Amino acid sequence: MQYQSQSVAKLYFIAAIGLFLGQILFGTIIGAQYIWGDFLFPAIPFNVARMVHINLLIVWLLFGFFGAAYYLIPEESETELYSPMLAVVMFWVFLAAGVLTILGYLFVPYATLAEITMNDMLPTMGREFLEQPTIIKMGIVVVALSFLFNIGMTMLKGRKTVISMIMFIGLTGLAVFFLFSFVNPHNLIDDKFWWWWVVHLWVEGVWELIMGAMLAFVLIKTTGVDREIIEKWLYVIIAMSLITGLIGMGHHYYWIGTPEYWQWWGSIFSAMEPIPFFMMVLYTFNMINQRKREHPNKVAMLWAQGTSVMAFLGAGVWGFIHTLAPVNYYTHGTQITAAHGHMAFYGAYVMIVLAVISYSMPLMRGRVANSNKAQVIEMWAFWIMTVAMVFITLFLTAAGVLQVWLQRYTENPMAFMEVQDKLVLFYGMREIAGIFFLIGLGVYIYSFFVDNDSAKASA
Amino acid sequence: MSEVFTKTMARNIFYGGTTFFFLLLLALTFDTQSVLPERSNDSKITAEVILGKKVWEDNNCIGCHTLLGEGAYFAPELGNVYTRFGNSTDAIKGFIMSRPKNGIPGRRSMPQFNLTPEELTGIAEFLKWTSEVNTANWPPNIQG
Repeated sequence: MQYQSQSVAKLYFIAAIGLFLGQILFGTIIGAQYIWGDFLFPAIPFNVARMVHINLLIVWLLFGFFGAAYYLIPEESETELYSPMLAVVMFWVFLAAGVLTILGYLFVPYATLAEITMNDMLPTMGREFLEQPTIIKMGIVVVALSFLFNIGMTMLKGRKTVISMIMFIGLTGLAVFFLFSFVNPHNLIDDKFWWWWVVHLWVEGVWELIMGAMLAFVLIKTTGVDREIIEKWLYVIIAMSLITGLIGMGHHYYWIGTPEYWQWWGSIFSAMEPIPFFMMVLYTFNMINQRKREHPNKVAMLWAQGTSVMAFLGAGVWGFIHTLAPVNYYTHGTQITAAHGHMAFYGAYVMIVLAVISYSMPLMRGRVANSNKAQVIEMWAFWIMTVAMVFITLFLTAAGVLQVWLQRYTENPMAFMEVQDKLVLFYGMREIAGIFFLIGLGVYIYSFFVDNDSAKASA
Repeated sequence: MSEVFTKTMARNIFYGGTTFFFLLLLALTFDTQSVLPERSNDSKITAEVILGKKVWEDNNCIGCHTLLGEGAYFAPELGNVYTRFGNSTDAIKGFIMSRPKNGIPGRRSMPQFNLTPEELTGIAEFLKWTSEVNTANWPPNIQG
C-alpha cells in the first residue's frame, strides 16, 4: 500500500464480506422454500427472504466497488485520497441505511414499511430490486454523490490514468442511472420501460466499465505488464461492452408491451454481448502468460482468471442461450433466467470484487501477500464456491428446460404450480449446491484468520 | 495487439461507439415512447387501476410473482391471470381474499394481505388492464 488513505477501503471490504454472508444465508432459505413451500411461513415469506437475498447482493457489491475505488484511485492518481474523513463518514451512513433497510424488510410488513417511510409522497417502492424505501434511495444518492466528489477531487489533484478515468465514468454512470429509480409512472408499461434504465444499464452497461477497470488494475499490479498494453485492451473491451450492451437493452423489451422492432434490435445486439467477455478471457490469460514478474499473491491472480472465465460463461454463454427473441418467447421469466442471473452475477461482479479484496487486503494488513497456507485455504474457497455455483446454475438450467417444456412448449401445457411440483428434484439438488457455496464462503472468511507470521512484510 | 492498432484508436472507438449507440438508444426510446400509450391502452387507466398498481407495489407482489415475465419465479405469472381466471375480476378478488393466514401446510402459500374492498377492486382492475396490453402475443399460452 503506497498511500495511507487507501486503507479506508478495508472498512468497505469488511462490510462487503459480512453482508455477502447474509446474502448467502438468505439464499439457502429461499432455496429451501422452493422445496418445502411452507418453510418459515408466515414468519419470513418468500418475497421477504428474496428481497433480503438480492438487496444484500446489490449493497455488498456497491461496498465492494466503493472500496475498490478508494483503494485504486489514490494509487493510480499517486496522491492521498481527497478526504478520508468523508469516506469514513459515508461508510457508516451507507452501512446504517443498508442495515436499517434489511431490518425493515424482516420485521415490518412491507406495506407498513411503505407507509411509515411515507412512500406515497414519492412512490418508488415495490418494484423488483428497487424495493428500498424512497428515503433510503435518496440516502444512496447522497452517498454516491459524496463518493464521486471524493474520488473526483482525488483524481483532479493527481495523475490521470485510463484506469481511474474508466472507473470514474463507470461509477458516475452508476449514480446517474440510479436516478431512474425515482421514475414510476402510473402506466405499468412505461414504468417497466424506465425500470430497465436502472437495471440493464447498470449490470450490462456501466458496471462492466467498473469491472474492467478493477480487473485492469489487478492485472497491472500482479503481472507487471506494460500499462499501455493493458489500457488498450481495456478500451477495446469496454467499447464492445457498450456498443453491444446499449442497444442490447432491447432483449428486455420483447414482451412487455414495447414495439416488436425491439425483437430485432435486441436479438442482434445482445447476441454480440458475449464478445467483450470472451475478449476479457483472452486478455486476462494473455497478460498473465506475458507477466514480467512473479507476484507472490497467487490467489489474487486466480480470482482474476476466475472472474473472466465465469463472467464469460455466466453473462456471455448463459445470457446468449436465451437472448434470441424466438427462444426467449418460451424462456422469458423461467428458471433459465434465474440460472443465468446466478452465474452472471457471481462471475462478473462477485469474483471481481473478491479479486480486488484478495490483492489489496494483504497490502492493507502490512504484507505483499498472505502466507502460503492462507493462500491455499483461500484457493479452496475459490474452488468450492465456483464449482458450487456451476452446479447451482446447471440444476436451475435443468429445472428451467423442464419448466419451459411442460408449461410453455408441449401440446397440453400444465399449470405453473403443477409444473413446480415436478421440478422439486432439481430444486433439491440446487439447495445442496447452495449449502456447498455457503461452506465455501465459510472457508473464505476463515482464510482471513489464518496464521500469517511467515508472510513477507510489505515493501 | 500490434502497433498498427494504437491506444488512441482504441480510445476513440470507445468514446465514439458509446456516443453513437447511446444516441441510437435515445432515438429508439423516443419512438417507443410515442407508441406506448396506444399499445398499453393508456386511456383506460382509471383511478381504480392506479390504486391497483399502488396495492401491487405496497405489498411487494413482484417478490413472488412475475408480471409480463418479470419478477420472481416462485408463483404464477399474473400478466394474463384475468383471462386464466375466466375473464373475471371477482375470481381474482375471491382468490386473494380467501388466503389462509397461516398458509397451507407443505405448500407454497400466498400471505393474507387483509386488503380493503376498494384495494381488492383496484388490484383486480389493474390486472385486468395489464392483461389487455399488446405484448406481441406473450405468454405462449394461458398457463403463463
